[in-house]
Amino acid sequence: MAAPIALHLEFGGGAELLFDGVKNHHVTLPSQSEPWDMRQLLAWIRGNMLKERPELFVQGESVRPGILVLINDADWELMGELEYQLQDQDNIIFISTLHGG
Amino acid sequence: MCQVDEEYNGHLEKISLPTLSKKCVKCKDGTAVLIIRVGDAFCRDCFKEYFIHKFRAMLGKNRVIFPGEKVLLAVSGGPASSSMLSQVQEGLSRDAPKKLRFVPGIVFVDEGGACGLSVEERQRAIAQLESIFREKGFPYHVVHLEQVFSLPGSVLEAVSSAPEQPGSSYKAAVDQFIQNSRGEHGLMEPSVEDAESGFAQLSTQDPTYPTEHRLALERLLASVRTLTAKEDLLQTLRQHLILHTARVHGYTKVMMGDSCSRLAVKLLSSISLGRGASLATDTGFSDTRYGDVVIVRPMRDYSSKEIAFYNRMFNVPSVFIPGLDTKTPEKASIQRLTESFVTKLQADFPSTVSTIYRTSEKLHSARTPQSAITDLTSKCLLCMCAIDTNTVRAPGDSTTHPSPGSPDRVPGPMLFIWGPGSGLWEWRLLFIRPVICNSRLERSVVLQL
Repeated sequence: MAAPIALHLEFGGGAELLFDGVKNHHVTLPSQSEPWDMRQLLAWIRGNMLKERPELFVQGESVRPGILVLINDADWELMGELEYQLQDQDNIIFISTLHGG
Repeated sequence: MCQVDEEYNGHLEKISLPTLSKKCVKCKDGTAVLIIRVGDAFCRDCFKEYFIHKFRAMLGKNRVIFPGEKVLLAVSGGPASSSMLSQVQEGLSRDAPKKLRFVPGIVFVDEGGACGLSVEERQRAIAQLESIFREKGFPYHVVHLEQVFSLPGSVLEAVSSAPEQPGSSYKAAVDQFIQNSRGEHGLMEPSVEDAESGFAQLSTQDPTYPTEHRLALERLLASVRTLTAKEDLLQTLRQHLILHTARVHGYTKVMMGDSCSRLAVKLLSSISLGRGASLATDTGFSDTRYGDVVIVRPMRDYSSKEIAFYNRMFNVPSVFIPGLDTKTPEKASIQRLTESFVTKLQADFPSTVSTIYRTSEKLHSARTPQSAITDLTSKCLLCMCAIDTNTVRAPGDSTTHPSPGSPDRVPGPMLFIWGPGSGLWEWRLLFIRPVICNSRLERSVVLQL
């Protein structure tokens, strides 16, 4: 059984508009048998945090193209993208590089 | 050689996921923190060096900025223009012998009135930006979109600068510039002087503006039916305001923060909008259509990803201001659809944007500067680009026979456009020959107060 994981999420570049304008979020993911990975985190964000227009943030399993993800200030492509397994106190940043939202 | 029964399955699998300890490709030493382009992993310091070097190289390769020149930085608050601002500050403050040597100023165009923002939201955004500008230490001008109604007619004219000699060297151009700037103090053209007095009456620091202007702006935008046309109109008005600010305050160059990704989108959407003939001026490094003020785009080699990462890693402040197309669905406008198309393609094929960019670098205007100066009558009234057709006729147009004695009777469609006058309510109905370029002819926009 994995312990609950505390994360610090940040949204920038306009993505915060989808989360009531709040840029910084501290969330705690409930414990579950397998370790949390990014794929599950995105599904969790979509279900629990996104207030409106989910298609502007997630597309399928991954983020919408144009949204950058940084895990602990490093590109998530270097960490394995969706396969990265979350650790406690990780800092995940989503920056939108698109015009709208 | 390829054979029919050869198996490719192994090669088509995704590249195996990199481990956490990937090394920087440049210094081979530090831990990589981001991937640029297709597979180049950079560490933090190498990335910073790469980023700064690209900016200096862009300015150095296209030598259009002279030492001591006044350059206006058009900052929208977004990541690319904020990054450009911080690069300029960094470049000016360096002690190295190759430091940048020009005099910058900042202009911010407040478009909140067009995007439906409330007065408090606009003032909050402006306050945030002003604190950023003050911290940089450069003079700044905040211009509201409503002030477009007070612009003089001179903004629609291209003023030809000193005639360029083709092939003259950069050094000669710098000497010429220094001589000109010494001799020109106080010798401004009358139209510019009037403009300056009129402009000074509307203080640029004052956040308030007449309500009539705000309502007029809302009415103007409401009269345009599609989002595509609204965005295009906004772009034109913004361009005019920036140009006017530059002229009034004596700036000869304007730096815009268009990034590579944005320019790729702009290129494709311009083609869709019928602006194919002016692609080179719209997306090239330097844009000389206005004559006295040259627009340069030093950020055109940076992808959005690089800019976003740099801003995050090195704490470049930027302010997000919602625009016309924020939170709109994908097919709301041509520009939006193109952006979505390019971004999605880029996710699967990482060389999309750079290919479009390289193609755009090869575009050149068909007309040489000399013919552009002598051929002033065939420029578009609104965007100042050369009109690409000789005759423009609406199908079935019967008024096509100009009698010899009356030069006013012209063929083709007539558009009534309200021209900006000096007074608040002054109309000027301009009967114009087809002097609007193709991209605007389809929409018979009637602008009225």
